[in-house]
Amino acid sequence: MQYPSQNVARLYFMAAIGLFVVQIVFGLIMGLQYVVGDFLFPAIPFNVARMVHTNLLIVWLLFGFMGASYYLVPEEAGRDLYSPGLAKLMFWVFLIAGALTIVGYLAVPYATLAKITGNSLLPTMGREFLEQPWITKVGIVIVALAFLFNVGMTVLTGRKTVVTMVLLTGLTGLALLFLFSFYNPDNLVLDKYYWWWVVHLWVEGVWELILAAILAFVLIKTTGVDREVIEKWLYVIIAMTLITGIIGTGHHYYWIGTPAYWQWLGSIFSALEPIPFFVMVLFAFNTINQRKREHPNKVTVLWAMGTAVMAFLGAGVWGFMHTLAPVNYYTHGTQITAAHGHMAFFGAYAMVVMTIISYAVPIMRGQDAKGNRMQVMEMWSFWLMTVSMVFITLFLTGAGILQTYLQRYTDTPLPFMIVQEKISLFYWMREAAGVVFLIGAILFVLSFLPERKTSSSSTAG
Amino acid sequence: MQDIFTKSMARNIYYGGSLFFILLFLVLTFDTHRTLPERDNRENLTEQVAQGKRLWEENNCVGCHTLLGEGAYFAPELGNVYKRYGGKEGIKAFIQSRPAEGIPGRRSMPQFNFNDEELEAIAEFLKYASEIDTQNWPPNIQG
Repeated sequence: MQYPSQNVARLYFMAAIGLFVVQIVFGLIMGLQYVVGDFLFPAIPFNVARMVHTNLLIVWLLFGFMGASYYLVPEEAGRDLYSPGLAKLMFWVFLIAGALTIVGYLAVPYATLAKITGNSLLPTMGREFLEQPWITKVGIVIVALAFLFNVGMTVLTGRKTVVTMVLLTGLTGLALLFLFSFYNPDNLVLDKYYWWWVVHLWVEGVWELILAAILAFVLIKTTGVDREVIEKWLYVIIAMTLITGIIGTGHHYYWIGTPAYWQWLGSIFSALEPIPFFVMVLFAFNTINQRKREHPNKVTVLWAMGTAVMAFLGAGVWGFMHTLAPVNYYTHGTQITAAHGHMAFFGAYAMVVMTIISYAVPIMRGQDAKGNRMQVMEMWSFWLMTVSMVFITLFLTGAGILQTYLQRYTDTPLPFMIVQEKISLFYWMREAAGVVFLIGAILFVLSFLPERKTSSSSTAG
Repeated sequence: MQDIFTKSMARNIYYGGSLFFILLFLVLTFDTHRTLPERDNRENLTEQVAQGKRLWEENNCVGCHTLLGEGAYFAPELGNVYKRYGGKEGIKAFIQSRPAEGIPGRRSMPQFNFNDEELEAIAEFLKYASEIDTQNWPPNIQG
């Protein structure tokens, strides 16, 4: 590690992975509720478990992005972080605000939480992924602005690289677009229209910039390939991301009361959205093929390749599968959507955060890489999580195809709940795959525990 | 190949392409706003509907249901429930009849203990939602 202030990233990474494990546990609760409908009812109804599951996902990924930034920005800028103290303070603000919100979801009925947090003053709650009370949302804005200030000052007073400029653009977009979460008109169509400016323009826009920047940083460090080459790839990826992804928002504007021309625009542009992910696969494999050195941290290189491939499959292929308007007419809001969401979030964002953690944590401990035994354990965690996520996605896809047929496509459509019972086998299989995923995540944590001193362990830094 | 396609060309495509498509998106948004009154059923957006939407939000209905296909996939689509249940009375009766302790082994909606005014507001909101022009989505009455 070149700069002592990079070490604040460690806090962020620990929180990220801790919350990730809790997220998976709530995923398993929901998965069981799909087949054992009264499980934990009415103590933890499905909607509460889902809020915890999705909000934890967002929070831990944000922790991961911030940790990644605090780690890589000083190294790229060639100077210490502008204010490590501010970074630590904001860590605790974010963690406590996040924890209180989750406790609020679990401790009282949602309507009570809305009442005690004064939702009537500024109604923003009760919309998917943006369920947080407005106080929490304001807290998120404060944390994001303080974070941007800290990272921005470091970049602007230091060396400016393409990686940091792309990262900063992505992070600024993330903060600005989140402001639309405060806009909640009574008009349902407008509400939905701008809700997507947070959700879509995050995950299919600015977050991809963050993803590409982190991946580029790790590949520069682990392969030793010339920065000029990598920066060109980076520009191509993010150019394709925004060129396809911005108008690609239209694939959410098919059936919510918006004009019909969005069916054409959304179909055409979102059909091109797999391109940046495919370029990312080419980028990762080419760069690793042309590596100038053998980095001892082999498992990080595995994570980097895995990120590119799984992001392409989850976001690119599974996204394309249901993005054309005539197909989406039947699949909209079914388990097909859930299948895509799971593999895309895992492949693109969860995996890139684990990539940077895998790279940075050993270095923060003064090693180039973990010992062989721990690296092998981490590889097991990679394969268990990745393979089980593939199966989760396949089972949900199976469920989704049947659901689409029985409820929407056939000449004699059946009611929702009847269809759910008919496809319950797939939900059981998904739950089993979810248990394997949890084991993989726990192995990931275990692989970062302090290594037992053995004579053969290599700890040269 | 490396000489033909340079880093600065890639950068220019990024800046130029992004700027162009951001502006195009804003123009399309402007046009969408212009034509929305024809299809978003705003003429029926009463105080009562607004209250119903607030209740929809503050009870996190979207945490289980979809509304115009967006939300969670645990419970039925409600964008067309007004039509599926043949009016407001069916909706209100269903919400009122949920057992507080659930149904053994099965999914069940919680009992929210709404009063008559709140039930009416929710039903009005779902009626308003069902009259939005969604390009004939969902494909059939089952949602």
